[in-house]
Amino acid sequence: MPKVSMTVNGKAVSAEAEGRTLLSSYLREGLGLTGTHVGCDTSQCGACVVHVDGKAVKSCTMFAAEAEGAEVTTIEGMAAPDGTLNAIQQAFQDHHGLQCGFCTPGMVMSAAALLEENPTPTEAEVRHYLEGNICRCTGYHNIVKAILAASGQDVSGIAAE
Amino acid sequence: MPKDGGIGASTKRREDVRFLTGQGNYTDDINIAGQAYVHFLRSDMAHGRINAIDTAAAAAMPGVVRIFTGADFEGIGGLPCGWQVTDRFGEPMQEPAHPVLAQGKVRHVGDPIAAVVAETPEQARDAAEAIVVDITELPAVVDMRAALAEGATKVHDDLKSNLCYDWGFVEDNREAVDAAIKGAHHVTTLELVNNRLVANPMEPRVAVGDYNRATDEHTLYTTSQNPHVIRLLMGAFVLGIPEHKLRVVAPDVGGGFGSKIFHYAEEAFCTFAAKACNRPVKWTASRSEAFITDAHGRDHVTKIELALDEEGNFLALRTETLANMGAYLSTFAPSVPTWLHGTLMAGNYKTPLIYVNVKAVFTNTVPVDAYRGAGRPEATYQLERVIDKAARELGMDPIALRRKNFVTEFPYATPVAVEYDTGDYVATMDKLEEIADIAGFADRWEKSQDDGKLRGLGVNCYIEACGIAPSNLVGQLGARAGLYDAATVRVNATGSISVMVGAHSHGQGHETSFPQVVAEMIGIDPSQVEIVHGDSSKIPFGMGTYGSRSIAVCGSAMVRATEKIINKAKKIAAHLMEASEADIELKDGQFTVAGTDKSVAWGDVTLAAYVPHNYPLEEIEPGLEETAFYDPANFTYPAGAYACEVEVDPETGKVTICSFAAADDFGNIINPMIVDGQVHGGIGQGIGQALLENAVYDENGQLLSGSYMDYAMPRADDVPFYVVDHSCQTPCTHNPLGVKGCGEAGAIGSPPAVVNAVIDALQRAGKDVSHIDMPLTPARVWAAMNG
Amino acid sequence: MYSFDIERPTTIADAVAALGSDEAQALGGGQTLIPTLKQRLAAPAKLVSLSGIAEMQGVCVADDGALCIGGATPHAVVAREAAAAYPALAALAGQIGDPAVRNRGTIGGSLANNDPAACYPAAVLASGATIVTNARSIAADDYFDGMFGTALEEGEIIVEVRFPVPEAASYQKFLQPASRFALTGAFVAKFADGVRVAITGAGEEGVFRWSEAETALSHEFRPDALMDLSVSADGMIEDLHGSKAYRAHLVKVMTARAVAAAAG
Ligand SMILES: Cc1cc2nc3c(=O)[nH]c(=O)nc-3n(C[C@H](O)[C@H](O)[C@H](O)COP(=O)(O)OP(=O)(O)OC[C@H]3O[C@@H](n4cnc5c(N)ncnc54)[C@H](O)[C@@H]3O)c2cc1C
Ligand code: FES
Ligand code: FES
Repeated sequence: MPKVSMTVNGKAVSAEAEGRTLLSSYLREGLGLTGTHVGCDTSQCGACVVHVDGKAVKSCTMFAAEAEGAEVTTIEGMAAPDGTLNAIQQAFQDHHGLQCGFCTPGMVMSAAALLEENPTPTEAEVRHYLEGNICRCTGYHNIVKAILAASGQDVSGIAAE
Repeated sequence: MPKDGGIGASTKRREDVRFLTGQGNYTDDINIAGQAYVHFLRSDMAHGRINAIDTAAAAAMPGVVRIFTGADFEGIGGLPCGWQVTDRFGEPMQEPAHPVLAQGKVRHVGDPIAAVVAETPEQARDAAEAIVVDITELPAVVDMRAALAEGATKVHDDLKSNLCYDWGFVEDNREAVDAAIKGAHHVTTLELVNNRLVANPMEPRVAVGDYNRATDEHTLYTTSQNPHVIRLLMGAFVLGIPEHKLRVVAPDVGGGFGSKIFHYAEEAFCTFAAKACNRPVKWTASRSEAFITDAHGRDHVTKIELALDEEGNFLALRTETLANMGAYLSTFAPSVPTWLHGTLMAGNYKTPLIYVNVKAVFTNTVPVDAYRGAGRPEATYQLERVIDKAARELGMDPIALRRKNFVTEFPYATPVAVEYDTGDYVATMDKLEEIADIAGFADRWEKSQDDGKLRGLGVNCYIEACGIAPSNLVGQLGARAGLYDAATVRVNATGSISVMVGAHSHGQGHETSFPQVVAEMIGIDPSQVEIVHGDSSKIPFGMGTYGSRSIAVCGSAMVRATEKIINKAKKIAAHLMEASEADIELKDGQFTVAGTDKSVAWGDVTLAAYVPHNYPLEEIEPGLEETAFYDPANFTYPAGAYACEVEVDPETGKVTICSFAAADDFGNIINPMIVDGQVHGGIGQGIGQALLENAVYDENGQLLSGSYMDYAMPRADDVPFYVVDHSCQTPCTHNPLGVKGCGEAGAIGSPPAVVNAVIDALQRAGKDVSHIDMPLTPARVWAAMNG
Repeated sequence: MYSFDIERPTTIADAVAALGSDEAQALGGGQTLIPTLKQRLAAPAKLVSLSGIAEMQGVCVADDGALCIGGATPHAVVAREAAAAYPALAALAGQIGDPAVRNRGTIGGSLANNDPAACYPAAVLASGATIVTNARSIAADDYFDGMFGTALEEGEIIVEVRFPVPEAASYQKFLQPASRFALTGAFVAKFADGVRVAITGAGEEGVFRWSEAETALSHEFRPDALMDLSVSADGMIEDLHGSKAYRAHLVKVMTARAVAAAAG
């Protein structure tokens, strides 16, 4: 099997991959980075979102071979090296933006991409941007609230906890 | 103000850190050295007779370890059903066999015919494609009415018909209800469908079987809401493995919503195959596979009639339902349309006469079982829809009609066999009117009108029964399991505590909320308390998490065990302070002797328990660990009132949810932040049911909405921010925490509010529309408007 | 997925050569092809990735004023870089799928696939765009050939799409609630010499031009111009998301909205 090399969370890595090996499998099985989740087979749920060269992509819908030489960031690369949560992660905890946690890695990665593009999104912009990320637990309320909070906006006026 | 980390505090969830950093340990993250992978060859036809299965070519393919068919499971038990319903003639329900792998016939698309174990998942799938199945297609039974027609094809040849049971409740009321309806001033009739849903937790199901030949021990890692139940059902009824040789682990589980309660064939298969192949065997469902194997929910076709007098007082209620069971009886399927549905038909109202009839039907579709709310959403939906329709027919305000008929005195014994211990439906309705700003609706309606949109307001109430119990009662009703729960509180020498609980958290945040209770009772910091769950080898026993039971049932067991701990610790403290046990008080982690300044810290007492140098050894044992089992005296009855405002686009029929408000009474609350989150999630799912989701079969039994391409999941832009409130609190009278449970309320209470709102919008616009079946897709609403 | 190899050529010539071998298939952004491969509905021996070919990337304006988009340009790039030159097209690209899909999915892949509910085909047909392949140029009116059908030959790849830029245009998409493709989408483009209207999502034969609307709108570019027109339900798609009649109705509603938006 050929080897595919890339940089994941700042570290040069190399692992075997067939042509058909998806980036999600490469990360999960090849590198043991199981924070990236797979929730569907039609490229719709977004549990698998990672960043490739700074752009959010569905790692279940990209071949590992196509990320050869790329800079990949996964949920495992979001906190500081000492484990301190980044602003988005912290906002998710502060505002209860997760329940079962399965959609969460993809949500955080999408939120990071959104705030990179649009540092102070409106509620509608956040909701629209999450079109490709499905959460079954939260009803989205606290996810949207957490992302608005992570962008530095005041969310105290939003109904309920 | 609740103490930080104590009961009533919105403590941040400790489990979040691992989930937010990718360190969760879900079942698919578990890989055991040497594991093989199974791929199931599944039926692509809804109904067929298997003539022969030829695995020879497949067995010779690269990487194949072994191929299994139904023949390998002959003489092994089928998947058991955990609830036996007795029909209205006193006969037990018809109960078909449910083999692990199909034997003789396939009965739904997705039914497993063979299983290939191979070195890699792709090799297993390659070989499965090479299996040759000689199969004769039979007519598919899909529509429930057709299934019950004379001469219909039978799903199970050995049963008398496709009727599982014909249940009447309360059968003795039948004639009185008929008579009351016949003589009533006004009868409102509504025929409706409670749409079939797919639970769709975001984590698909996974099972990993492992076997140790040296010790003859089996381990199953599985995406389950109740590992002990799986151990019991699979060990005792399917594979014949005694409990002490079978460990079931449900690690981090990515949501369940009911669909991960049940014991599934894949769990039994992986456990069985791990021994047969003498190596670990792993199965990971794809989402496509989940759609055709996870138990579906709802799927009721109902006719409901409400009789009223001149003043709008409810006189009698009659409902007839056809409930789809699918092709086999899933673990708790028979209980859902009966005991979880019929007993709730009184709702929040003092209707004196009620009769519920349910015919459960076998069809060539995936088995149907509990999905968030389970029976109670079906009851609430029909009741709250028919009340709304009655109000419109009588020209009454829907809120006023509800208020007029509220139960106001507690305890209240309904005509459908349950007794509500507490509640205050007037208070939750008052609260709802406030938080939803019902008074301001007219202005908002005007504004929508100016924007060319049809605005509507829908209101409804709900009542739920949680923590289903007591065991001796449910045993009489047909449950084949107890419905208690258990907890062990293990106090360590330094005073830190591990609590082993039978409840299972798959999003509910038990690791945070349960310690709040123990920490409060003892007066220590919650960081000193850790919850252990999800592993049958670590916890005494447990029935898992479903039916909003965790805090009410398992939490109560934990309280009881903690009380035992405190009692024993007081004895030790009394000894240490040379005082009488009766004078010992525990506060803020300090034991004191009443009326003195003597005190000893929690940690000193716990240390004494494990280093018993100065210890009353002749009176009590060393150590500090207690277990309690708790069997509730009654259900708990959360209730509330919900309001939804919608705008309908008159050109396209598209419904937009403008606002959603929920006023709930959950009794006492442990962690308000988590409770709010549970309600939000339930409302999201309820809006999904009302507007988007539908599992649709064609007449050949093919699932048309078998992926997210056609099964519409709610997304962030389908829903608004919700306004939720649970300040109305009438504590439960029969559990030690006074809690009622909050996990399903949102999903139960929200669909009727949405539908009532859309009907309201259309009627205000002069459209003659009195009902639209869920989901209220743009196409359906448009058709109704133009019908 | 069945097994296959991946090649990553860096020039069109190399890609075409690679596609000459047996059972080779082009890989654009993979946003349609990969889900298809997962279902084992295709079994290529080799995938030829087009994402590394610089000459197939990007958006530019040609001397004749046409907007040229490289065949392997992702939707997100079009949404951003075509915004000034052809806002309606950029807006359409920005409504395809979700952000992650837009970062990978390409215009060439979308047009080669010609999903009956896809967005780009409406823009291409309404704009009267030209599909430029490695071998030839194909006018939009000759390109689309029924559901999932196109004029492309085996191994032929879309290297560029050239859009004449209209005076005014708009795409109005009514979402299929599950997939969020177009249940019905209407692209209206007003040129100096007339109006073109293309409808996606509704027709059994895929994207089509609504000529009665074009005539009426060329006469008078106002939503009211459509008032007396009716769309026949014959030939419309019927599925669990909408009947033929509903789609026929949406054709008119979405077209009127597109006209209103374009007329500004
Ligand atoms: C969740 C999701 C939502 C989506 N929503 C929408 C939507 O709303 N509207 C919409 O229009 N689309 C939507 N799509 C489809 C998306 O736009 C795809 O990107 C597009 O249809 C295919 O483009 P691709 O580059 O990914 O092609 P691929 O998937 O790589 O290929 C598709 C086909 O085109 C061929 N091909 C690829 N590139 C070329 C080329 N340059 N020349 C010749 N043949 C080529 C391939 O061989 C294959 O047969 C969605 C997809 C997903 C996963
Ligand atoms: S797993 Fe990638 S989108 Fe669902
Ligand atoms: S937190 Fe469970 S799916 Fe989002």
